[in-house]
Amino acid sequence: MSVITIERKVLEKNDEIAHQNRALFARHGTFVCNVVSSPGSGKTSILERTLEHLAGRLKVAVIEGDVQTDLDAQRVAKFNVPAVQIITAGGCHLEANLVREALKNLDLSATQLLVIENVGNLVCPANYDLGEAMKIVVASTTEGDDKPLKYPGMFRNASVLIINKIDLVPYLNCSPAQLRENALRINPSLVVFETSCTTGEGIGPWCDWLQRQCAPAATP
Amino acid sequence: MHELSIAQGILDIIRENIPQGDGAKVKVVRLRIGAMAGVVPDSLDFCFSAITQGTPMERAALEIEHIPLTAHCLGCGKDSEIEPTLFACPLCGGLDLTVLTGRELQVREIEIDDMSGANS
Repeated sequence: MSVITIERKVLEKNDEIAHQNRALFARHGTFVCNVVSSPGSGKTSILERTLEHLAGRLKVAVIEGDVQTDLDAQRVAKFNVPAVQIITAGGCHLEANLVREALKNLDLSATQLLVIENVGNLVCPANYDLGEAMKIVVASTTEGDDKPLKYPGMFRNASVLIINKIDLVPYLNCSPAQLRENALRINPSLVVFETSCTTGEGIGPWCDWLQRQCAPAATP
Repeated sequence: MHELSIAQGILDIIRENIPQGDGAKVKVVRLRIGAMAGVVPDSLDFCFSAITQGTPMERAALEIEHIPLTAHCLGCGKDSEIEPTLFACPLCGGLDLTVLTGRELQVREIEIDDMSGANS
């Protein structure tokens, strides 16, 4: 019997590639956000409203991550933005190398904002750095106000919380104030927005904030 | 179920570290896993034994050192163990915390039976 000391991080390969992605984004001045949530919280709907709102204001590109189908990329392509679909074929999260592959199909020099929509899952994507500037977590009112307490890892790692489906509150046993309080308890530095993709409520302030994070377009 | 890709990551790391070509068998794999690493030990065990069949890691035992979530409280200046669902300093109730430990996901060491090659 002999013991071999290893002392290595299991995700070090992913972290290395994420680091390379981040350097690439910095070189092109592209602001990158990684949007995470449970399935059905409205990530793609928020993205659609966001693309509508930012049309003509920002050069945006999208990477869609899904377990199957390119339905989300089709939804996004209607807004005339470059969109690449990653199909993970069972994988429950995006990894940095999948994003690196997808980047081959995008022109970063013509992209001020890159939105990566992760696979719907509040557990695994928390631990995989893709090279993004920040994670944006979406929690919808239909999921209840205790999600941050049940999935603290995700809420701790995010910089922004979007509370979506705010128009449904009158019909639900969910308090957006409680949801916000629970999230801020896990992560006091979260920037919080409340939105409805049906009524458009809150989309303006969210998009204005997002635009302020992005570098101005380089003058040709 | 990202335990499968984590198990694959562990397997890759061990492959790079075991002596080549002498029939060495890995008996024990020692891991360090934090409370906030998002890993379910039973799933990891299941995935690891599934993907190591027919490799020198077959039937290796995973020994997990669980690392608690600890944080430094910027309010009272003390370090303590934190309940992940509360995320508050147990001493003063402060919420302004810097995480110290709990995110680890590391392969610490492996134990190898180097004699298995010589005996066969």
